Amino acid sequence: MSKAEILGNIRRGLRRGEANEAQRAAVHNRLNAKANNLVPKRAQLPHTEQVALFKSMALEAAAEIIELNEHSEVPQAVADWLHVNQIKELVSASDAVLNEMDWSPLGDIQRVERVAQAGDMASLTTTFAGIAETGTLMLHSRGESPTTLNFLPDIHLAVLRRSTIVGPYEDAWKMIRETFGTALPRTVNMVTGPSRSADIEQKLQMGAHGPRTLVILLIND
Amino acid sequence: MSVNSSPIRVGLFVTCLVDMFRPSVGFATVKLLEQAGCTVEVPEAQTCCGQPAFNSGDRDTTRDIAKQTIEAFDGYEYVVGPSGSCIGMLHYFTDLFDEGDPWKARAEDLKKRSFEITSFLVDVLDFDQILASFDQKVTYHDSCSGLRQLGVKGQPRKLLGKVEGTELAEMTEAETCCGFGGTFCVKYPDISNRMVSNKTGFADEAGAQTLLGGDLGCLLNMAGKLKREGKKMEARHVVEVLAGMTDTPAIGEADYDLGKQL
Amino acid sequence: MQIKSPEFKENARIALKDVGLQKALGNLKAGFPEKRAVAVQRMPEFHDMRDEARDLKNHILENLDIYLEQFESKVTENGGHVHWCRTSDDARKTILDICKQVDAKTVTKGKSMVSEEINLNEYLEENGVQPIETDLGEYILQLRKDHPSHIIAPAIHLNLEDVSEAFHEHHKKPKSDDPAVLMQEAREELRTKFVNADVGITGANFLVAETGSTIIVTNEGNGDLTQTLPKTHIVITSIEKVVPTLEDMTLFLRLLARSATGQEFTVYNTLSTGPRREGDADGPDNFHVVLVDNGRSDMVGGEFHEMLRCIRCSACMNHCPVYGSVGGHAYGWVYPGPMGSVLTPQMIGIEKAGNLPNASTFCGKCEEVCPVRIPLPKLMRHWRNNEFEKHLSPKAVRWGIAGWGFFAKRPKLYRQMSNTSNWFMRTMAGKRGRINSLPLAGGWTDFRDMPAPSGKTFMQQWQKKQGDK
Repeated sequence: MSKAEILGNIRRGLRRGEANEAQRAAVHNRLNAKANNLVPKRAQLPHTEQVALFKSMALEAAAEIIELNEHSEVPQAVADWLHVNQIKELVSASDAVLNEMDWSPLGDIQRVERVAQAGDMASLTTTFAGIAETGTLMLHSRGESPTTLNFLPDIHLAVLRRSTIVGPYEDAWKMIRETFGTALPRTVNMVTGPSRSADIEQKLQMGAHGPRTLVILLIND
Repeated sequence: MSVNSSPIRVGLFVTCLVDMFRPSVGFATVKLLEQAGCTVEVPEAQTCCGQPAFNSGDRDTTRDIAKQTIEAFDGYEYVVGPSGSCIGMLHYFTDLFDEGDPWKARAEDLKKRSFEITSFLVDVLDFDQILASFDQKVTYHDSCSGLRQLGVKGQPRKLLGKVEGTELAEMTEAETCCGFGGTFCVKYPDISNRMVSNKTGFADEAGAQTLLGGDLGCLLNMAGKLKREGKKMEARHVVEVLAGMTDTPAIGEADYDLGKQL
Repeated sequence: MQIKSPEFKENARIALKDVGLQKALGNLKAGFPEKRAVAVQRMPEFHDMRDEARDLKNHILENLDIYLEQFESKVTENGGHVHWCRTSDDARKTILDICKQVDAKTVTKGKSMVSEEINLNEYLEENGVQPIETDLGEYILQLRKDHPSHIIAPAIHLNLEDVSEAFHEHHKKPKSDDPAVLMQEAREELRTKFVNADVGITGANFLVAETGSTIIVTNEGNGDLTQTLPKTHIVITSIEKVVPTLEDMTLFLRLLARSATGQEFTVYNTLSTGPRREGDADGPDNFHVVLVDNGRSDMVGGEFHEMLRCIRCSACMNHCPVYGSVGGHAYGWVYPGPMGSVLTPQMIGIEKAGNLPNASTFCGKCEEVCPVRIPLPKLMRHWRNNEFEKHLSPKAVRWGIAGWGFFAKRPKLYRQMSNTSNWFMRTMAGKRGRINSLPLAGGWTDFRDMPAPSGKTFMQQWQKKQGDK
């Protein structure tokens, strides 16, 4: 009832009845074309420069970056980081690539695979892509990687493969569509640095509700 | 600039505030136009651009004034006035008439021919032979309509750069509204007062002796505030400086000759 | 929230004298405009993107019905529900129904101006459901029983001391004046609330027709916890926010953060598409989108059509000298500043909101910074036209304009009238050159001198000169 009223009112304003064939076709063409609008030149660079841009923008957004050569180096890097910060437990996603790593460097730090809970200090996930334009990580929800891992713990460690760094956001959406079509996963996250707020006297503070620290483990694959 | 065989015929749009409060601005405008090689006439059938009615929502009265103004300025190659907001209002005449109304085409035509004085000198005539001198530090207020509607920003500064002895010190927030806004300043006086106080404060900080601008409404507002605050800074319209007509008192200054003209 | 727009003048007067508020407004002035300017500088294509965004919004509005239906069909396909709500009342009832269906006791909320618009919190409380604001600014306001004064930074009117006091009173911890400590307190307080909430309500910055998704653009992470932890996620949003594709959404995203806070991109941009999927370890079972109309469909094709392009960035109010002087509460309702001056009369009526489109000098700064090029002064003038036609403007204004108009349309009479007034003011000013107090113009002379006319009128002097030739 409300739907018919609202649509009727919109159409009255547009001085027409229901859309005709041509109008519907035009809309569907636009939806199907998925054409880019103006894409700024900033991130339209050769890949090496895109990676450099990603790093400088992510650092500007207060993310930390640890550069590694191979996935096998991840456990040691994570262990070192957690030791320095005296963290005993790591809540982890269960991607195959993470499970295949040798986690013995963790020592007595526990690595558990579950959804995150209030009180968790550190989480580890992989990422879908990196967007150089603003130093942004793209992640999405799935069985192996609950969304809460990206938001509840104090520290979020995220593994990013250099080969998945793209320039502008548009390239990341193309990747998403290649994987999912238009049936997106429940959540697609774009994360740029750690959580913050300036709601108190316009002074920027880190760590509002999301992670206070974002550590990007950049694998130069 | 092409060499004309006959001088450009300009109709002066005086503006009601210049007419009432400071005719020297009108005379300075005429002088500059003549220096630039124009002949200037002042059609009698002009009174006001119609802004007060337009901004109060009275489109009918505005439309009547628009028609009167369009007719008065028929036939002039250019229409020039010492005010961004008034010339801007002439540009708005096109909004008052519907498509197909012959007045709309006439309003479009008037719009093409109408210019604020500094913009006319610089953008249309490419004229900068300023002969004046004014040995003072000045600062410049960018009136809103001139700036945002007509793009008046660099032109007055370019011309001031040619005045001998004048040093331009930009103030913080030169582009922020001074709080005049036509009827706004009497309808919302508290807010207007805050805005003009901010403005005179910034002008003061710039360390200038004289505050200049291109719109008399703004200048009356700012000069009135400066005087009430007891500040020494004076206010003039930029054309007075450009035309070398600064030997008369500044806006709101005591004028002992006033009595003689009673 | 209680409507206080009719008292705008008095609200403004009080605001101008409020030392704490003025200090807070100073922070705003120093912050957002500067930051936006830097961000615009860093993106050379920014102004071209504004043109594209305006054109795209215009296209969307021309096809609004089609895009909304497409959006709904995708949401449904993904297992979500769309609710079409013509009025505030419809929306409130719909949301309460959903909450009751799942036996909700507490509801966490991400920041949503539409929820303020429909007065949701009060209604939920009255009906036994406790809303918990989680955005830091909104959380502070909820503790103080206060309302947002800005559409992006809701607590911008508060100082550190106000927050300090509110937290000390409610958190029962030692009073702190360290913002970091205060934020940590809020973080801790809200953790369990996030986890225990039965329903999470967020807004949506955009709705994507292609995929049936909603997106929130935030910095804190509270919106994300709100859309992930509870069993039911409700998105409260409005009909003009739909965009066609992810690429179209991206155009607006590039403009939004830069126009709002001057950030390159906010920390969290999150797309929600339906309830949890088979195999997901977390996420809500239920996904509802509540589409609110509340007067927007009435604007389509009318004189305020262009206002529907608004992406709620706040650039206009951040740059407005009037907002900067009096703050958001003076406007008396949900939406302040220039965009509020156009929207509020539409939503609550010009009779109550008349002051808002009048309290503007039409300086045009708002239009200059609007990412989708809405001609805000022109739209405010349309409200003044409507008021004039309905005889709603104060009598003094009508008579003043009529009187002045009578002369302005008759040049010869005008000359006589102006010569007389000119003489009169010169006489009053005498040798001082200025007038301290003008009858009928107290608004002017209460605060500033009135410079006297400097001599006879220009026309008098010009005629004389021509005569002398």
